[in-house]
Order: sequence, then C-alpha cells, then structure tokens
Amino acid sequence: MVNIFNYIERRSAIHSMTGAAKLACLLLWTFAAMVTFNTPFLIVLSLLALLLFPLSKIHLSDVKVMLVLLLSFMVINGILIYLFDPEHGVTLYGTRHLLFSFGGRFTVTLEQLLYQANVALKYTATIPLIMVFVASTNPSEMAASLNRIGISYGPAYSVALAMRYIPDIINEYQDVAHCQQARGIEMSRRETVFKRMKAAAMIVMPLILSSVDRIDVITNAMELRKFGINKTRTWVMGRRFGAMDIAALLLGAGLVAYALIFIFVNHGRYWNPFI
Amino acid sequence: MADNIIEFSHFGFQYNAQKLPTLYDINLTIRKGERVLIVGPSGCGKSTLINCINGLIPFTYKGEITGSLKIDGVETRQQSIAGLSHVIGSVLQDSDAQFIGMTVLEDIAFALENECVAKPEMLQRVRQVADIVGVGSHMSYAPTELSGGQKQRVAIAGVLVDNVKAMLFDEPLANLDPATGKTAMELIKDVQDRTGIAAVIVEHRLEDVLHIDVDRIVLMSDGRIVFDGSPDVLLSASLLTDHGIREPLYITALKYAGVAISPQMAPHSIRSIKLSPADVAKVCAWHGRNAKPRPHPDREPFLTIKDLTFAYGSRPLTLRGVDLTIDRGELLALVGRNGAGKSTLSKVICGFEKPNGGTMALADGDLAALSIKQRADHIGYVMQNPNQMISKIMIYDEIALGLRTRGLPEPAIKEKVERVMKVCGLYEFRNWPISALSYGQRKRVTIASILVLDPSMLILDEPTAGQDFRHYTDIMEFLRGLKGMGITVLMITHDMHLMLEYADRSVVFCDGRVIDDETSAGVLTNPAVIAQASLKETSLYDLALMCRIADTAGFVQGFIDYDRQVRR
Repeated sequence: MVNIFNYIERRSAIHSMTGAAKLACLLLWTFAAMVTFNTPFLIVLSLLALLLFPLSKIHLSDVKVMLVLLLSFMVINGILIYLFDPEHGVTLYGTRHLLFSFGGRFTVTLEQLLYQANVALKYTATIPLIMVFVASTNPSEMAASLNRIGISYGPAYSVALAMRYIPDIINEYQDVAHCQQARGIEMSRRETVFKRMKAAAMIVMPLILSSVDRIDVITNAMELRKFGINKTRTWVMGRRFGAMDIAALLLGAGLVAYALIFIFVNHGRYWNPFI
Repeated sequence: MADNIIEFSHFGFQYNAQKLPTLYDINLTIRKGERVLIVGPSGCGKSTLINCINGLIPFTYKGEITGSLKIDGVETRQQSIAGLSHVIGSVLQDSDAQFIGMTVLEDIAFALENECVAKPEMLQRVRQVADIVGVGSHMSYAPTELSGGQKQRVAIAGVLVDNVKAMLFDEPLANLDPATGKTAMELIKDVQDRTGIAAVIVEHRLEDVLHIDVDRIVLMSDGRIVFDGSPDVLLSASLLTDHGIREPLYITALKYAGVAISPQMAPHSIRSIKLSPADVAKVCAWHGRNAKPRPHPDREPFLTIKDLTFAYGSRPLTLRGVDLTIDRGELLALVGRNGAGKSTLSKVICGFEKPNGGTMALADGDLAALSIKQRADHIGYVMQNPNQMISKIMIYDEIALGLRTRGLPEPAIKEKVERVMKVCGLYEFRNWPISALSYGQRKRVTIASILVLDPSMLILDEPTAGQDFRHYTDIMEFLRGLKGMGITVLMITHDMHLMLEYADRSVVFCDGRVIDDETSAGVLTNPAVIAQASLKETSLYDLALMCRIADTAGFVQGFIDYDRQVRR
C-alpha cells in the first residue's frame, strides 16, 4: 500500500488533541510564517515544527513519500527563484555584498542567500506541521470537531468518507491497471506522454464507472441509517476541548501576534542584518 | 393486529421509467419474530419488494404504488426512509460497500450519531450489539482489516443498534465462502432468538439458507407471489424447478432415485428428512445403476508450477511453496477460504506480482521470463466485476482493444472480433453500446475481450457471482464449450455447486499451500479437507451416509453425471 496521505494511529499528546484545534493552530502558524521575513523567528518556528515529529511519535519513515515529494518541490522552487532573479535579495535589502559570480547576471550575493534561506525556512516551519497534522488526525474526529465549531456536518462528513475509501480505490486502481496492461495498454516510460495520458484515461474510466456504483450503494446505506435527518448530529469519535487544545490556540495566536508586532516595530517585514 | 410488522395488501408498483409494473397484486404478511425466505429468478421483483419495505421505494426510486403496504401499522407512503428505519433494518448485498465508518465502532454507531444520541449512551448501546454479533473485540478495526464474515456481522450490528423490529437481508451469502455462509445463517438465527425480531432474507442459494429453519418460503416469479408457505410443502412440489430455482441437491437426488417427496418427510433439511427403508433401498439401487468406473483422460501439462512462494512487501508469505500442474483443456476450480492465496496465485501467474521463489513453466518455455503483455497472449485473466474491465463505450471497440494495441490491421481485427462475438453469443449486439447490456452480458463482453487474444488458458475470478440459476447455467455451459475448443479454464470460486458440476478437478488452498488436488466429488466428501479449507460438505454426502453407501465420492460423482444427462 502506498502511504502518501494517511492517518496513523498512535498514542501521543498531539494525537489526543482535537482536529479543530490542530487545524486552527496550523492555519495561524502558517499565516505567521508566511507574513514574516524575520529570520531568527523563522529559525525558532522551524525548530519547533521539527520538534513535532518526536512529540507526535510520527517517524520520518512514516511520511517518506510525502517528504521526498515536498523536498524535491522545495529544491526546484529554490532554483527557479534564483534563475528568475538572482539579485532579488539585493533589491529587498538595499545593499549588495557580492560573494562570487557564475558569469553574466548569475551573481551570488549574501542578500540573495539570506532571502532564499528565508524562503526555505518558511517551508521548514510549515511542512512538518502539515505532515504531522495529517498523520495524527483521525478524519472522523476531525469531522466531529469541525462540526462542533459550527461547520455543517455534510461537508465535514464527506471528507471523512473520502479518507475511508482512499485505500480501496488505490487497490482497485492497481488491479484495473494490471488488467489493462495485460490487454496491451502500456503505462511505462517508453511510451510518449500523449500515449501514456490516453492509457491513464482507459484505466480511470472503469474506475469511475465502478466508483459511481459504489456511491449509489453508500448513499442508500447512509440514508437507510438516517444520515441527514437532523440539523446536527453527535459523534462517537468526538472529543471535548482540553488544555492542550487551548494551549495550541494560544500558541498560534501568540505567533501571529509576534509576527505582526515585529513588522510594526521593525517598520517592515524583513529582518535586515546588512544595515 | 399489532403483531403484523410488514403487511402488503393488493400491492403493486411501477417504476416511472418502465412501461409495465414490476410488482403485481402482492399479498404478504410478516409477523413479529418470523423468519421468511424470498426466492425467485433474476428480475422477478425480489429486490423491488425489499426496497418497498425499507422505503427506498418510493422515496429514492420513484414510481407509482397501488394497493397498500403497512409497516408497523402505518402506510409507507405516509412515512419517510428515516422513519421506516426505526422499524426496518436493511443489510445490503455488498457488506463492504455499505461499511460507512472508518472503524467498526463508528460504523455501528452511525445511526445513533444521526439521531443525536449522547456519546456515553451511544458507546453503551454499541458495545451491547457488538457483543450480540461477536465483534466486541474488534472495535477499532478498519474495514480492510476485517474478513467478509466480520463485515457482515458489523452490518447486522449497525441496524440492530436501532432496536428495529425486522431485518432485511439482500443476498447475505453472495460474497462469503461456504463455511462463513453457514456461520452467517446461524448468526441470523441467533440474533433473532435473542431479540425476537423478524428476518426477511432474499437469497438464491436456497440450500445454504435452509441450513437454519425458516418459517416460510415466498417464491416470486414475474412480479407476483406464486407460493407462500412452509418449506416442506414447497420442496415436495415441483414449483422451484418450474421457476428456474435450484432445489437442494439431496432433493434432486431423491427424485432421480424415484423417491416421492411429501411434506410429512420434513424434507426442508438433510438433517430433518425422514426416509423409509423403502426410500433408502431406492437410493441404493439408483446408486448401483449409476456407479461406473471413470475413464482417466490423457494428461498433457500446460502450466507447471513448482515451489512458488510470494509475499506482499515485507509481510508474511501469502504463497508458501505451491506445487501445481494445470493440464491442457481442463476446467479447474481453485477453492479455499478468503485470503488463502487463490487470487494471489492468479496474479503471480499473470505477472501482476513477482514471485519471491519457485518456477512457473509453460509447455514451451519459461513463463517467468515473459512480460505482463506477453503472458496475456498465453493466459487471459477475467476480473470478477466486469465494470472494472470495461473502458470503451461500444461493445465492438471493447473487444477489439487488445488487438488494436497489438497493432493488427483493421480487417483482421474485424474478422477476429466477429468470430469471438459469435462464440460468446454477442453477435446480435455488435453495434450496441455497453451501457445497454445486463451485468451477465457485460461479463461475457469481458470474457470476449480476453478470448479475442487467443489465449490457451483463461483465469476467471468468481465467474458466476450474483447470477441466478439460469444465467449461471448459461455462463458455465459457455465455459464448458471453451474447454471443447481446447482452452484451459481456471476458476476461482466459493460456489460448491459450480465446483461439483463443472470442474474436472478441484485444487484446495489453505494458508498459501495446496492441501488437496482431486475430483470435486472427492474433495466435498472429505471432512478433514472441508473443515481445514472452510468449505461445506455437500448434502449429497450426508444422503449417502444416511443410506449407508460407503463410496460417498462415487455416489456424488454418479449424481453429477446423471444430472448432466437429464438436464441436457
């Protein structure tokens, strides 16, 4: 089974928090990390974020696939930023400390390095958070806590239901793909992109047809067991807000407040060691 | 009458999209605590009847109702699906697809959550019903971690939690291995004994349902009820065979032997039936006439598998040293409980999975050296669900797909496709879209789309799942015809009838090994193998014992040969 996007059942402080509090904290934290270019603050945020892995007992091997995907994205993004404007840092910080040059416009300055380090730190400060959130939050509990803070339960439940079916659909995809391969539909890299897209469509088509059947059954099953008769519902996986949840919300709010206050005090978003 | 939970009176129903009614003049009453079995061929209106009871008709599937249907004394038209679900609990056919929650606990609690029951009370009630159906120790399991039988238990718990007065079961045995099916029936009885609620069971595996006593059998045909009464009366008449339903095999055998079945003999179960000494003598005499030495056909190995091992990733071995020789032109059944490794073996043969060790050799070369696509030229694989294989809109294009990817010129493709269409009985539909076909016809399209590649062997996963007796016979006779063309057919199946009647040989899987390999009659009269592999002994075996016939396998084989001659 491919484990890209999955809840992993463990016993940890992070697991015992409610999904809503975790989501709120995640959003606040991400906002703080996105608005600020305060490098020391970003370093602290990154360290805190990495600390979440041991705290939630999620091992790097659990999220290997996602980690590799995101790291490659980060590297590509970094290279593109540099290629697009190698002296963007100079514009931002207003000084120019040239280290060396690859020739032409491709110079390397301290300012550019600091700017790109900031960008990388922003990712480091938020990506672990998202991974830990996904891996430590039971989708049903998440739906329950979203409903508790006032989001209507229909959409909340459909997210949980989608999570329930992801493993089934991945298995089915593999079966269908094998069968179509036996009939000669190649998905290997030897084929052209156009041919591979056509091949993928031939696998997805039966998958959609059988999913439609499945949706029919599940809709009936839910209706026969009274889904949607009341405006609200209770949740067997629901949890009360605990001290940890309040602490997480306060932490999130604190981070945002600090990030904003820094901008006012500093008269700008950039922590600038060059002046 | 407060005891009448379901009461049809001159009831009729016509779907909005259809020209004719599906149900005509239904009169049927189900009382508290009763257990009623509904049988009938495909399209007789059984499912429609069930949907009328649980309220999907008329609230989800629209149409016109005539006459009256009262559930717990109130007309269904004046209620709602949710309201009806307080009285009627529905267990749908596919216990996997109706599993809503992420875990057993959540799935059982689902109805209570929707009713806004507080969490402490919810947990208490869930625990109570989980213990009734025996899943109390699996509360945190996800659906993928449960067996088919366990999923069914969860499905039953999910409706019991509501304190319903009647449970509806739509083909509860469809996806279960024979031994699990037996346990499932016992569970239904046990739940009824404990709770006193009624059960309505729709199922075409009549003999398997009659493993437990039922109060009444309702036989439907063409939208009408043609019989409603005790199993003993029904089994003594010829109504079942007249309407294309398969009788229990021991009944058929007794009739062949010239024994007249009467209700007084209590024929509803092989354990209850009383045979007079004269009856026993008739059976023995019939056996004497049938018994004949069987010819040993020449064997020419097609595929030889030696010491094959396989594991999914780092998990324990699924195949633990499989040795198997498949002969050219034979019809072979692969049987055993879910998870025994049957499907895994077929995936390894087709090259979908790579074995960890062992060899697979075709008569003219090593199979393991070939790619998936190359293997498909020798061995074709047909999935259980045809919808998972169909990717084209038109039947012709679907069947031609494999030839087109192999780059054949269009005139050659046309000739091959039309030939295969004729073999599969699809020629008259050659210009049709697939969407116009029934499930059974789609199945034939998928078989055709593989046959067109001229494989020497076909592997079919549950070729007849969910088909009634007539369609079952159609598909199986078709596969037997392929055998006549020299094609080897390997079937993975849970259906003991299929295995008995059609397989030349049965290979029994248990925990990733072959534990038996002989005639089906031999397998199904071997109590040790039956117990180990979750099979179910055939009632013919019990009949032979009852008549003190020592050669049980010979008796069963004699029946099969005789039956084939009679039915032809």
